[in-house]
Amino acid sequence: MAKRRTGNGAAAGVVHRAIAHDSAEKHVSGAALYVDDVPEPPGTLFAAFGLSARPHARLTSVDLAPVRAAPGVVAVMAAADIPGKNDCAPVFADDPIFADGVVEHVGQCIFAVAAATVEQARRAARLARIEYEDLPALLTVEDALAANSLLEPPQVMKRGDAARAIARAKHRRAGRFGIGGQEHFYLEGQAAFAIPGEGRDMLVLSSTQNPTEIQHVCAAALGIPDAAVTAECRRMGGAFGGKETQGAFFAAVAALLAWKTGRPVKVRADRDDDMEMTGKRHDFVVGYEAGFDDAGRIQGVEFMLASRCGRSADLSLAINDRAMMHCDNAYYLPNVSVASYRCKTHTVSNTAFRGFGGPQGMMAIEYVLDEIARALGKDPLDVRRANLYGGRGRDVTPYHMRVDDNAAPALMAELATSADYRRRRAEIADFNAKSPILKRGLALTPVKFGISFTTTHLNQAGALVHLYTDGSVHLNHGGTEMGQGLFTKVAQVVADEFGASLDRVQITATNTGKVPNTTPTAASAGSDMNGMAARNAARTIKARLLPVAAAELGCAPGAVVFAGNRVRGGRRSMTLAALAKKAFLARVSLSAAGYYRTPKIHFDRARWRGRPFYYFAYGAAASEIVLDTLTGEHRLLRVDILHDVGQSLNPAIDLGQIEGGFVQGAGWLTSEELVWDAKGRLATHAPSTYKIPAASDCPADFRVSIWRKGRNREAAIHRSKAVGEPPLMLAISVFHAIKDAAASAAGRAVRLDAPATPERVLLALEDAAAAADAPKREAAE
Amino acid sequence: MGDGDSTGSAEPIRFVHRGRVREIRGVDPNTTVLNWLRAGGLTGTKEGCAEGDCGACTVVVGEAAGGRLCYRAVNACIQFVPALDGKALVTVEDLAGAGGALHPVQRAMVEQHASQCGFCTPGFVMSLFALYRAPGKPDRARINDAIAGNLCRCTGYRPIVNAALVACAGARNDEFLRAEAGTLALLGSIRRERGLVYEAAGRRFYAPVSEDELAAALLREPAARILAGGTDLALEVTKQHRDLDTLIHVGGVRGLADIEESASHLEIGAAAPYGDAMAAIAAAYPEFAEVLRRLGSEQIRNVATMGGNIANASPIGDTPPLLLALGASVVLRKGAARRELALDDFFLAYRKTALAPGEFIARIRIPKPRAGLRFAAYKVSKRFDQDISAVCGAFAVETGGGIVRAARVAFGGMAATPKRAAGCEAALTGKPWNEATVAAAAAALERDFAPISDMRASARYRTAVARNLLWRFFRSEALPPAEAHVLRYGT
Repeated sequence: MAKRRTGNGAAAGVVHRAIAHDSAEKHVSGAALYVDDVPEPPGTLFAAFGLSARPHARLTSVDLAPVRAAPGVVAVMAAADIPGKNDCAPVFADDPIFADGVVEHVGQCIFAVAAATVEQARRAARLARIEYEDLPALLTVEDALAANSLLEPPQVMKRGDAARAIARAKHRRAGRFGIGGQEHFYLEGQAAFAIPGEGRDMLVLSSTQNPTEIQHVCAAALGIPDAAVTAECRRMGGAFGGKETQGAFFAAVAALLAWKTGRPVKVRADRDDDMEMTGKRHDFVVGYEAGFDDAGRIQGVEFMLASRCGRSADLSLAINDRAMMHCDNAYYLPNVSVASYRCKTHTVSNTAFRGFGGPQGMMAIEYVLDEIARALGKDPLDVRRANLYGGRGRDVTPYHMRVDDNAAPALMAELATSADYRRRRAEIADFNAKSPILKRGLALTPVKFGISFTTTHLNQAGALVHLYTDGSVHLNHGGTEMGQGLFTKVAQVVADEFGASLDRVQITATNTGKVPNTTPTAASAGSDMNGMAARNAARTIKARLLPVAAAELGCAPGAVVFAGNRVRGGRRSMTLAALAKKAFLARVSLSAAGYYRTPKIHFDRARWRGRPFYYFAYGAAASEIVLDTLTGEHRLLRVDILHDVGQSLNPAIDLGQIEGGFVQGAGWLTSEELVWDAKGRLATHAPSTYKIPAASDCPADFRVSIWRKGRNREAAIHRSKAVGEPPLMLAISVFHAIKDAAASAAGRAVRLDAPATPERVLLALEDAAAAADAPKREAAE
Repeated sequence: MGDGDSTGSAEPIRFVHRGRVREIRGVDPNTTVLNWLRAGGLTGTKEGCAEGDCGACTVVVGEAAGGRLCYRAVNACIQFVPALDGKALVTVEDLAGAGGALHPVQRAMVEQHASQCGFCTPGFVMSLFALYRAPGKPDRARINDAIAGNLCRCTGYRPIVNAALVACAGARNDEFLRAEAGTLALLGSIRRERGLVYEAAGRRFYAPVSEDELAAALLREPAARILAGGTDLALEVTKQHRDLDTLIHVGGVRGLADIEESASHLEIGAAAPYGDAMAAIAAAYPEFAEVLRRLGSEQIRNVATMGGNIANASPIGDTPPLLLALGASVVLRKGAARRELALDDFFLAYRKTALAPGEFIARIRIPKPRAGLRFAAYKVSKRFDQDISAVCGAFAVETGGGIVRAARVAFGGMAATPKRAAGCEAALTGKPWNEATVAAAAAALERDFAPISDMRASARYRTAVARNLLWRFFRSEALPPAEAHVLRYGT
């Protein structure tokens, strides 16, 4: 901090300030361009897809003649027509662009068609005559577990002897529950626009979190060098992990059809197709057994985590790894064993989604703690606090990383006070005793989320900064803008370095031709890594400018200060533009690439040991709901959040991430229910049937604060902390508030799967009532 | 049209856009407003779902009403271009003033940090613009209703609601208000005395302006599809890629949208958008209006009609069970002939009705509240706003001297049609209105229906909820509303 003030001038602060999103005015006036908004050159074609109607089948006949003959059709492509590699997988080469002989989920693409209009393409695609020979289909986690259908052998993470600790514990509790998946429902569906250039050149505009992967997949599919393909993304209309890998297929189809026709090709998935074709958050089955003492402290715990990965690996291994690494959440587990089963099923290949397995892992331990509290008749908050990391010997995670930035105890204590938890708990108990139909519930849960890609090599970023001779700055980096405000934050960092006002920094589209070999904008690490890379680039340029400035201003290079769009030294100053001109005349390069790799991290997956995370981000939330015991309907009444973003780069943007993440998480755990039918078809493939939160689902009493004491003890960019994913898991408090109200209504703990739809809650109440009656009935008999 | 020349020479569609009258020819009448705008380079309006459920495509349509200009948000993705005839169109590109000065709702959205990815933003801006131009200072509940049809996946909505509060706090004096007289004059200049006959791409779109014209057109074209709000019909084009070769639009038929009241009945014109019918219904049956408030979204209610809801005969339409419980009837017209049919006799089977070819629903007649009648209706869905019912239950019980004199109980979501619960009604009628009677009626109710399981609810849940709604109807009589339903809690 001190260095920033003295060395970089802009103490008045372009960082740590609530500055509007760089595109806000364009958003509200309809001027922000998304892929489908880019004007089409003459001759542009539009694509549509032919999709599998079966979950698992051999393709015995694919007759595309009627498609080719349909009005407006210019090209049709299937597996055999791909000049290069028929694959768009991120890691394991197991995602064919077009199904080759076998289909493995409903909605898998068999062929694509390019026509003069979108409507013509979509109508043509429906004309294919496809014959299938059905093969046995595994649709659920339970199906896959029974058939031992796994992507890799089960992963096991152990510390201590959980079985023995459980056996010796005074109390034990075991159970099993389910956690539903989640559709990203980015408002902008998947889209790509491939524009062929000279020779083999191909420009691909893609709505993607990972332009480099788009480049690689398109180049491989076309059988041309990476260098011939440029991938670009100015912005996405939401992504949430759903465009980390899932954009590759759409980009590949655009590139293939553009190659085949020599014409620009736009690909935009209809919402229903998008929801059927693309992966989602993994649904999990969690089994647990815990042993604990009278205080509710866990002595030992065993988890079985099984997730539905779908037909291919995609990022499922890393996602399940992160689930394992978060089933401690903020709690010390002295003896722990986690077995993780990555189920291969004949459903769409599930993928990254904000939290990346972390939310499911946290759900596992929070469920156990709630059950422990109910078994002991204690307030769940007391049990949670008794189990937090902290104190002698209670600071090492199950994967042997020391928790040395443990903010959870302080955050939870502060929130319990500011949210008036104890008084409200008592008041709710009184209310529930008197209210026959409505019952209220309250829960306060913490979040501790590890920041860094657990795949260590992904923790690197690049940037490109130019200073022009008018003093304006061109900023480019490998991070992508999906609404999270990354471009704004990185521009703040660069403006701060140059002591320039933000309007002097030109934000530009992410482009593989400018910054190559980048990693996806994911794992919440976008501003941490790209901010650092861009700062390094700016500092490289500044270092070259210092001698020029010192000579011009007649001071020592160390006395030069960049501030207020000027450069000062001693009593003299000049504009940044004038300095840039002088530097140009002195033949000093004003352009620099910046690079950053996250320090300190390492992980040995074979032994499940290491330091996979640079640091942890923390938060806590207290949610109160009211439940209707006649229908299971419930409503959020009040939410208090305290969240740690370190020293915020931009409090307005961070607040938006916290609130938005929370509401998205609440949707995951309440109204967002993915339903597949017995034939493996997704029944909830549009917003008419898949219900993300609407405005009235945002609590009217929503008290969200950035934690004032937050500071990153690691040297992250301006001591801020990552904020993209962690707040989603604050919504686990909503699930437990519902469970709390249901327990109050039932007079005992209820078994509740997520999402806690009205149906699940009502049936849980009925089941609990039936279970309570059973002993009475037996006694009567 | 009136002269019976069904081929007619094509006339242009005329509407007001950016201060002048646009004349549209040659655009396929199955083209949605959204696709037409985007094809013309106006890409600020977005497609999020193409089924009227996300609001990213929201535009605002202005109409003259009582000498004023009334702006309504609609979903451009499920509005056909010819439905704009006679109206004014406002899109997100039109809001900023001279020199790009942002409209107050746009400014508030920026200042409140109410956009993140920005893709839903133009739709929100348009919904808020319609709210800004509507009379009254909106509170949070009104704002939530105004944007219930706009989904945002990024912000969690708080800043958007704040933007609405801020934008609507002061005097609402924008350029649209200043231009109102001019816009009204332009609208007057394109008002039709006879219906529109529009043809393009081999497809026809009729928009009669009188009931006689409509009746004649339907006699001539019994295979034509009647287009009211189009909130269901348009999906045949956007989702099923079908051609609707002949459309007869009832939205401009004068008198068909009237709402009248006699001593005994409310008469709702079949083509009245819900938004127009709400006030009269709320005055008679507040519980009915509360279900309407949660039916679709503002964009849907601005165009969708009760006539369409009934004619569509969906088992999960929200108004039929309420109308069945209230003993409503429909006035049907074919040619010059009219008949009144009890709604009980209207729904024949799954999506089959008693409507004859060429016949249309003209009015819905709802008996007004009577002494001793207690009515309530409950909609149960996964999400409170803008969702389709898993179960919708309606109860109308008349008691006298503690005895149930008459009981009408109807449900949506429990059978292939909206349906009355005959056994339940029989178990109530003539019995004392007490717990034992309700228990017997609840048991009978379970025998009345054999619901299906689908993505909205399982049969078990539907059965349990139907029973519990009867209990709610009974128990809530003795409870303050705030203790009887989650949506009332805290109010």
